[in-house]
Amino acid sequence: MSKVLMKGNEAIAQAAIAAGCDAFFGYPITPQNEICEYMSKYLAKSGGAFVQAESEIAAINMVYGAAGAGARTMTSSSSPGIALKQEGISYCAGAELPCVIVAISRGGPGLGGILPAQGDYNQATRGGGNGDYKVVVLAPNGVQEATEMMRDAFLLSEKYRNPVMVMADGVIGQMMEPVEINTDPLPKFEKPWAATGDSQSRGTRNVINSLFLNPVDLENHNIALRKKYDLIEENEVQVDLYMMDDADVALVAYGTPSRIVKSAIEEMRAEGIKVGLIRPKTLYPFPFKQINAAADKVKFMLTAELSMGQMVHDVRLAVNGKVPVYFYGRAGGMIFEPKEISDAVKSHLGGE
Amino acid sequence: MKGRVTFNTDRCKGCGLCVSVCPVKLIELDKSVVNAIGYNPAYPAYPDKCIACTNCAIMCPDTVITVERLDD
Amino acid sequence: MTVIFQKTKGLTDTPFTYCPGCTHGIIHRLVAECLEELDILDRTVAIASVGCSVMSYEFFNCDAIQAAHGRAPAVATGVKRVLPNKIVFTYQGDGDLASIGTGEIVQAAHRGENITVIFVNNAIYGMTGGQMAPTTLPGQITTTSPYGRDVSKQGEPIRMSELMAQIPGAAYIERVMTADPVSVRKAKRAIKKAFEIQKNGGGFSMIEILSSCNIGWGLSPVDSLKYIKEDMAAYFPLGVFKDKGAAQ
Repeated sequence: MSKVLMKGNEAIAQAAIAAGCDAFFGYPITPQNEICEYMSKYLAKSGGAFVQAESEIAAINMVYGAAGAGARTMTSSSSPGIALKQEGISYCAGAELPCVIVAISRGGPGLGGILPAQGDYNQATRGGGNGDYKVVVLAPNGVQEATEMMRDAFLLSEKYRNPVMVMADGVIGQMMEPVEINTDPLPKFEKPWAATGDSQSRGTRNVINSLFLNPVDLENHNIALRKKYDLIEENEVQVDLYMMDDADVALVAYGTPSRIVKSAIEEMRAEGIKVGLIRPKTLYPFPFKQINAAADKVKFMLTAELSMGQMVHDVRLAVNGKVPVYFYGRAGGMIFEPKEISDAVKSHLGGE
Repeated sequence: MKGRVTFNTDRCKGCGLCVSVCPVKLIELDKSVVNAIGYNPAYPAYPDKCIACTNCAIMCPDTVITVERLDD
Repeated sequence: MTVIFQKTKGLTDTPFTYCPGCTHGIIHRLVAECLEELDILDRTVAIASVGCSVMSYEFFNCDAIQAAHGRAPAVATGVKRVLPNKIVFTYQGDGDLASIGTGEIVQAAHRGENITVIFVNNAIYGMTGGQMAPTTLPGQITTTSPYGRDVSKQGEPIRMSELMAQIPGAAYIERVMTADPVSVRKAKRAIKKAFEIQKNGGGFSMIEILSSCNIGWGLSPVDSLKYIKEDMAAYFPLGVFKDKGAAQ
């Protein structure tokens, strides 16, 4: 298949269908509307179910039902809608249901704005719902990678029976880029646990549930979930290192902003400043080890985010005091330019 | 006697609904017994009066009662 | 001797967790009997809600999914859309359906989801200790209306069957009660009709069942049945409020 120029939201939707998505439940919210629109137009054609729910809360609970019944299912929304889904996502994690949540982030807090931002990092990586649970969070840096991460998301969600979020900033949702969508069918995962209704012939009742009134059972359940997350943290970290071999300074950025940071790196490199980029592709599991190792070779790090500073805390955790970790950010939908990043780096270089 | 009621005594919570709906008043709570879950269970005090109407079983919230009808 | 009444295969062996005399137990049995008699146990997915009946997934002898508080109709929608030939029903109390879940129940009917809703109305939040519900009667004392429901501040109880019947997508809405053997038999007929409608692809059905909460009401089990018949049924009239099938 040759490359096709596609809008991010539509490419994400088509990639989901190509990955075998059976059911989509959504709700209108800018800047992700085209995902719902695309699904309403094409999902039924491939035999899938489409429902525009009455709210983001209802949508995630429809996902909970469909996933519990064994379907490959997803929802999509943007920041305020993702906030509404948090309880439902906690239920999906508690009941160990595979599902995909696409989050096209916009400025906050509250109604905020509709332009791109990265202010939902904490909610996505810490979990905005109740209890100790984790959601795998994939952060594409463009439309092509977003389509690839949609496949990863479905695979990982079914491999680990856990919700997976693809969190893309609003830029990716709205911009057009040439893409080539992988249409090889994903393997079908056996789901003997699913509540498909045929309990009598199966000989056992399948129950999808996250309620454990007995504290011994609930603690054991938490311990079992933790083992799963340990496995994820061990095996599923994805991170890109760019020009880090000889870097004196490491910039840490994800999503579209990481591409702006690359431009800044080229500028600085031209001026003889050896800067590199660490780009987490998975926000959870976060590349703590890789960042900690990089801290041995650089004078300081600086995270560049479209927020008031959220990932910077994880980078500091990773670095564990070896070197200073500075922050530069824009919020509200404002997007920094390469020069702002270079100036920020130089301001800290000057300080030596 | 037209019927017979049998009680799964250890599942009865002594709520008395069966007692209140039996048209011939044959069921009573056995104050002399405490069942496995700590209640005075219902029992057929006058079994011969049973007319197999199934009212008791219909009103039982815990599926304690089985009703049989005498084959005529 | 021939057995003319015995425990239905539609229920598991797990004893009910309900208070002595609570009519949840009767309603569970009626639903289970219908599932068995309509021979759909092997096609059914039960959606449990949150309230006293939260553990109904332990009692119904079929596959089940436990839903977040108020969201059972959405969960049922998700299941039905991916398993269209399976039977899906929700079992919800008045707190779950008429308070936090008002949006979901109205919208499921609005979409005409081909599901069945068993709506148990006992005018109180039982599980959490007897608080006022949207269906608590005027003047009724609960732990959050200790001076009796004051309609000037807490509004008049909501009549869900009448409200739901206005929704074009709703196919069958009936209100019944469990106050005595006659009304329980009628309630079973209504529940069975709802499941038959679903089996025939007839669309959204909801049966509202006036039920008891003797602990929350502070009445004996027998007096609670009287309260259902005399007080509840007076405010919540029984009857069929929508029957699309019959209208055709």
